[in-house]
Amino acid sequence: MTTLATAPQGGFGGALARTLSDGGTITWRNLMNIRRNPELLLSATVQPIMFVLLFAYVFGGSIGDDPVAYRDFLMGGIFVQTVAFNSAFTVIGMANDLQKGIIDRFRSLPMSNSAVLLGRTLSDLAVTTLGLLVMSLCGLLIGWRIRGSVTDAVLAYLMLLLFAFAMAWVGSLIALISGSVEVAQSAGFIWIFPVTFISTVFVAADRLPGPLQVFAEWNPISALSDSVRSLFGNHQLLPPTDAWPQQNPTLYALISCVVLIAVFMPLAVSKYRKVAAK
Amino acid sequence: MATGESEIAVRAEGLVKSFGSTKALDGVDLEIPRGQVLGLLGPNGAGKTTTVRILTTLLRPDAGRAYVAGHDVLGQPAEVRRSISLSGQYAAVDEHLTGAENLYMVGRLYGMSRADARARARELLARFRLTDDSDRPAKGYSGGMRRRLDLAGALVAKPAVVALDEPTTGLDPRSRMDMWEVIGELVEDGTTVLLTTQYLEEADQLADTIMVIDHGKVIARGTADQLKAQVGGERLELVLAEPTDLPLAQQVLADVGSGEPQIDTHTRRAEVLVDTGTKALIEALRRLDQHSVVVNDVALHRPTLDDVFLALTGRAAEEPAQESSKSKKKVKA
Ligand SMILES: Nc1ncnc2c1ncn2[C@@H]1O[C@H](COP(=O)(O)OP(=O)(O)OP(=O)(O)O)[C@@H](O)[C@H]1O
Ligand SMILES: [Mg+2]
Repeated sequence: MTTLATAPQGGFGGALARTLSDGGTITWRNLMNIRRNPELLLSATVQPIMFVLLFAYVFGGSIGDDPVAYRDFLMGGIFVQTVAFNSAFTVIGMANDLQKGIIDRFRSLPMSNSAVLLGRTLSDLAVTTLGLLVMSLCGLLIGWRIRGSVTDAVLAYLMLLLFAFAMAWVGSLIALISGSVEVAQSAGFIWIFPVTFISTVFVAADRLPGPLQVFAEWNPISALSDSVRSLFGNHQLLPPTDAWPQQNPTLYALISCVVLIAVFMPLAVSKYRKVAAK
Repeated sequence: MATGESEIAVRAEGLVKSFGSTKALDGVDLEIPRGQVLGLLGPNGAGKTTTVRILTTLLRPDAGRAYVAGHDVLGQPAEVRRSISLSGQYAAVDEHLTGAENLYMVGRLYGMSRADARARARELLARFRLTDDSDRPAKGYSGGMRRRLDLAGALVAKPAVVALDEPTTGLDPRSRMDMWEVIGELVEDGTTVLLTTQYLEEADQLADTIMVIDHGKVIARGTADQLKAQVGGERLELVLAEPTDLPLAQQVLADVGSGEPQIDTHTRRAEVLVDTGTKALIEALRRLDQHSVVVNDVALHRPTLDDVFLALTGRAAEEPAQESSKSKKKVKA
């Protein structure tokens, strides 16, 4: 009996090529799903607009005296916060996938084990890219500007996307652990609130009480916000503290993203294998 | 394929699987020679799906071993997945992708090139009469179309072994016939098939050997004829217009049947086991007609899964398969 399936290429290179190819196929499938259900994009685009407007006009005057400068400062933090919140979409999307019939097809195919996860994180990255675009336009309308060099601006967006990718792997693991869509829905959101609010997204670290200050100083979300602001050449209303991450925000944010991916990617893949054989 | 295994496509030894306190499988052995069809027959909760999921690497057994095309299900899952494909009890299709896209995706995930995957998808869509609907999202497909699309997905890479979990449950008679035809074609192509079903008739039609399981245990195996022999032949059932004719009917049935006739005065029903099928039916009707007995209803029941169960276990299946009674040949008198 002839088989149409090509034999797997040996070695690490073959496995990697297979993972990327299968991951690409699943990404395509997820994007087709979005194309047929564009309403899925609604929360991914409306939520960032809401964040920008709420924070710009509700808290607008409460930090610093100059509302225009505040809005310019605000955007960097909102970018990061939105990216963090987007990981909840990954949690829900992955949890949904896991309970659909199609997952049985995927599991019974001789495809790469990590492809379903890679496809999910990559398609969510596309959604986040759209969200960042919408937010940037919205920011421009309320007075935010990219004041630095083009290279720095590109670097800022790349940092945000790297962080989005890292957070999507965190989200995948949460979905795999949750066991049901209902649990995943709350589990995906709850932890993001403290993690994004105990940071320098809105306030300076030294205004927070003792232990919270340390948390905020070492919180990658703080570092990323500060880094993005400086790369965009935006106002820095909050002076950094002496803590190392506060002094080297870009480097620290980069290291954090790499560590998050290095830890959560293998954890999620091995958990997927176990869930698959439950 | 490992040497020495080439004649046996699928082999399982002592499969055990528990879910909490439920013992879904309690030591199941099976063997399917290459190119043959094994029918796995059992009521709801018997362990059919669990068996299929273990053999297709979707589930790890608690104990026991299984090999597909000579590959260890536990140790070589990737090789096993290349050799066996599954059309599950619930269609594994992506609702939002079209029929063509679903099959294209599966082809790509098997490692086919874009062009090959597209061509194979077209071929299968035509074979499963889905060409006209190939560009509609599967969401809008009927149950039968979905089922066909799912089976097409299982056949994308022309696997050596195909596992079909209740492929005709919920299908209308026409779709069921179509499905039987497709399974017949698979067998002609030399594919080994593991088929689960709740209907003896289906196993009878399609399977070389039948294995009956209940509560995770194999309670009988053999050919359809061997199983039916254990159950006895068919059951001839008459409903008369007048209860006063019952004694006469009893006598006639005793003559044409192979057992003691059962009479129910209340429902004016008389029935008996027969070995000679329609011949006995015709003979009985002819003789009753000679005596001008009015017969309201007559039916010849083939053994149902229930009858098999009754014969094998001395008790009825807990959830009788309603559908199987449809296999009776009904003649209005
Ligand atoms: N994931 C699971 N969690 C808990 N119990 C399960 C699970 N899967 C199966 N079972 C139990 O194992 C037993 C066998 O189930 P299985 O699905 O194999 O039966 P089946 O023969 O396919 O039945 P059906 O005809 O209803 O499809 C049942 O009692 C079922 O409740
Ligand atoms: Mg089942």
